[in-house]
Amino acid sequence: MEFMPSLYTAAMRMTRNPADAEDLVQETYLKAYRAYGSFQEGTNLKAWLYRILTNTFINTYRAKRRRPEETDVEDVEELYLYHRLTGDGSTGTGRSAEDEVLESFTDDEVKAAIDSLPEAFRIAVLLADVEGFSYKEIAEITDVPIGTVMSRLHRGRSALQKALHEFGEKRGLVQASPL
Amino acid sequence: MGPAMSDADEQVGGMDVDCEESVHVLYHFLDGELTETRRLAIRKHLDRCAPCEEVFKFEAELRRVIADRCKDHVPDQLRNRIAEAIDHERLSGKS
Repeated sequence: MEFMPSLYTAAMRMTRNPADAEDLVQETYLKAYRAYGSFQEGTNLKAWLYRILTNTFINTYRAKRRRPEETDVEDVEELYLYHRLTGDGSTGTGRSAEDEVLESFTDDEVKAAIDSLPEAFRIAVLLADVEGFSYKEIAEITDVPIGTVMSRLHRGRSALQKALHEFGEKRGLVQASPL
Repeated sequence: MGPAMSDADEQVGGMDVDCEESVHVLYHFLDGELTETRRLAIRKHLDRCAPCEEVFKFEAELRRVIADRCKDHVPDQLRNRIAEAIDHERLSGKS
């Protein structure tokens, strides 16, 4: 049961719905319990559990969606948030101003920013940045090539930064980007 | 605009690392996916290049904030539900 907080966090970001998240975690534990005989002791238990979680999510909840989801993200420049918080070049004021903006992002804003990502990118970013899995582990969990993982991470993270920036703009923390 | 394009080429075991390259592998560095040699070369560049170090620290901090803000409290009822479901599963398996 030690992984439950992590699994629940991941389930919340996958399903974006507390009731579904609970069902998903319960289903995952039941499947893991039933399949435990096939788990090789000494191998990566956390990744194994996450594979069950992710597969269950994809098979159960993807089917439930009524409208087709966007499957791609627009191209976003590198270091999107950094450039906008620091302006052109280094401000020379040290990092405290940028850190304050980062610190001020709320739970709801970060979650909403992640939730705004299309599913494949959301899952990759979640597994890497929230759960700390390696590229190889993510590839195994999601059953895609490592190159695809890296691409989804790269683009998903950029899209996430853009979404966070929009929240920051709304609160007047950052200047609106020039058109 | 990236960090100041200082000509801070570092030579570590024959590898040159400049600012552009550092930023290019920034995420692989933070993800712990670089070889040890590469990682050390980047680390050495960061130790000598304040603008790049600033970028790396920002991205590392951003990631920490993202992970921290996503944490959810597990509802007590969920733990109970799952424990019961597994018990039920185990007991019905014995019959």
